[in-house]
Amino acid sequence: MAEPAPPATPRIQLAHGGGGTLMQQLIDAELRCLYADPDQVLHDAARLSLPHGRLAFTTDSYVVQPLEFEGGDIGTLAVTGTANDLAMAGARPLVLSLGLILEEGLELALLRRIVSSMVEAARRCGVTIVTGDTKVVERGKGDGAFLNTSGIGLLQVDAPIDPLAIVPGDQLLVSGDLGRHGVAILAARHGLDLQPPLATDCMPLWPAVEALLGAGVRLHCLRDLTRGGLASALQELAAPGGLELLVEEERIPVAEPVRRTCELLGFDPLHLANEGRFLAVVPEADRQRALEVLAPAGGAWIGRVLEAGPGAGRPRGRVLLRTPYGSERVLVPLSGELLPRIC
Amino acid sequence: MSAPLAATAEVAAVRELAAELAAITTRPWTLMEVCGGQTHAIVRWGLDQLLPPGLRLIHGPGCPVCVTPAATIDAARALARRPEVILCSYGDMLRVPGSAADDGPGDLLGVRAEGGDVRLLTSPLEALALARRHPDRQVVFLAVGFETTAPATALLVRQAMAAGAANLSLLAAHVRVPPAMAAILVAEGNQVQGFLAAGHVCAVMGTAELEQLADRHRVPVVVSGFEPLDLMRGLVACVRQLERGEARVANAYGRVVRQQGNPAARALLESVFEPVDRPWRGFGVIPGGGLGLRAPFRSLEAGARFSDMPGGPEAGVEPAGVCISGRILQGRARPMDCPAFGTACTPEHPLGAPMVSSEGACAAYHRYGRRG
Repeated sequence: MAEPAPPATPRIQLAHGGGGTLMQQLIDAELRCLYADPDQVLHDAARLSLPHGRLAFTTDSYVVQPLEFEGGDIGTLAVTGTANDLAMAGARPLVLSLGLILEEGLELALLRRIVSSMVEAARRCGVTIVTGDTKVVERGKGDGAFLNTSGIGLLQVDAPIDPLAIVPGDQLLVSGDLGRHGVAILAARHGLDLQPPLATDCMPLWPAVEALLGAGVRLHCLRDLTRGGLASALQELAAPGGLELLVEEERIPVAEPVRRTCELLGFDPLHLANEGRFLAVVPEADRQRALEVLAPAGGAWIGRVLEAGPGAGRPRGRVLLRTPYGSERVLVPLSGELLPRIC
Repeated sequence: MSAPLAATAEVAAVRELAAELAAITTRPWTLMEVCGGQTHAIVRWGLDQLLPPGLRLIHGPGCPVCVTPAATIDAARALARRPEVILCSYGDMLRVPGSAADDGPGDLLGVRAEGGDVRLLTSPLEALALARRHPDRQVVFLAVGFETTAPATALLVRQAMAAGAANLSLLAAHVRVPPAMAAILVAEGNQVQGFLAAGHVCAVMGTAELEQLADRHRVPVVVSGFEPLDLMRGLVACVRQLERGEARVANAYGRVVRQQGNPAARALLESVFEPVDRPWRGFGVIPGGGLGLRAPFRSLEAGARFSDMPGGPEAGVEPAGVCISGRILQGRARPMDCPAFGTACTPEHPLGAPMVSSEGACAAYHRYGRRG
């Protein structure tokens, strides 16, 4: 990051979004470091030379509160989250746009930390931020900062990765233990002093997807386990094709501190958000190969897609959970809001 | 969420107890787990699926939010509408429907949306702090709960009296569990043959009241905890008594519950409260089913502070319409017997209290996907 000129004030002012001198100073001093080609910052549109092939395109907005939490901040999420959405389509993330909506009064030092997180996250995700926009809203009209990122990636799969590609007999795997991001946000929001602190799991997912493809694993579907956690993701996969999924509760990896915090607060780790975990649905023949790729990072096999019963019509999509005691229940997505504004 | 998921030693122990239960059960038995926390654990872990055929569990009324009469909610709503009043209670209480209203669910949050000052507390003593911060306002605390939370309310009452707080009053709706258990046993058509009693209530009150109940009604009562292993131990102890024709109090939650309870908490409770007849939602008036302030503390009752307060809780008014929460609370129906369950009535739009409360049977069935 280039040495910034000393700002006129340590807080964001309305004039920082006004298009005048202050705005120019903000871009020069604080934001230019985000861009691989700093000269592009001053153009209205980025000129892209993308590799030949089919592309994936996605967008996401980030409104998390608080803006900073253990192991990351809204900047980390905004870059990693959109890159991960591309990865879940089987696309290598390439370029991002970045829209910043800042609230008057935001501390410049905090903005600087968020920007620095974005630079680092872009490096880790292998993406380039190529275009952006900054607006400032009046005090009280925003919540510090809202971010939007859109991303383009290059598809690396021929068959579409899609819930409708899932068939009975497919196997369900998760890429790591669940609930860390949700607990990190909870702790930051409620002032829980977890010892040792539990950091968000926010991390790029493309390397794991690429490794699965490299190992010859056929990916029927991928889903990142963000809002609503594993429970919602499973439901979203079961519903479109009217499939019945069975997961084994004791196979689902949950770190002990996450489990304990959930017990204390009455949450279910399967409902907690993750920002660096995904669910992979693969054919039975590829289960072992997929597990060999995911297990070293804490991934695990958690269940399978059930065969349709004999003579039965298609069941309404549903997810069954087998408890450690051998009993079964329907796993339902959380109703209502567990935690508003987690990403 | 209670027990760890992959505690293999516990899983093995639960399975062993399930096998033992199957071995000792020779006839059909119907047991009631009294506490909503126990209901949640049973549904969460599917423990009822581990029971031998013929051994049936009925969910009890053990959720103080659920049994608070609609009339009490209505009185709280009327108070909350007064501009000088700050009405405070626990989170779940704010969403419990009162009598059917034209203007929405008839809950306290509805009054807040109209501009009423309704606040959420996590501890009764916060009410006193609120009263100190707002000397120009009248703070009313809607106090609910079993014998477990009544000592904390008693502490508030003593501190408020000592401080001479003239702007704090109570809408006291505390209830006592053993009289409700007796009411279930004497109700026409009762099927309950044994109880798993609520461990946390006994941790405060001890087991003396339950011993009277067991003697008088010839029914086994087993004090049980809330984890799968605690509940299975409780079931084995209860069925063993039934099979032998015994009827006494047993403590399957010895790591928490002592026979004499918690003497300090009991003394505090008994110094402030006395048993009174009280309507329970779904039951009607239960003799001795409530805790009322003793005479020296009655100046703290909201009724004493607000002379024109709407009349006290009326006998068990049922919510209007299709909701069958009264029968569910008495253990006479299950949540999925209700035509509104999961359709017109959901946690987002509850028609009855058992769908609101985190300890309500309907909320447990909904949360854990028990639909048919």
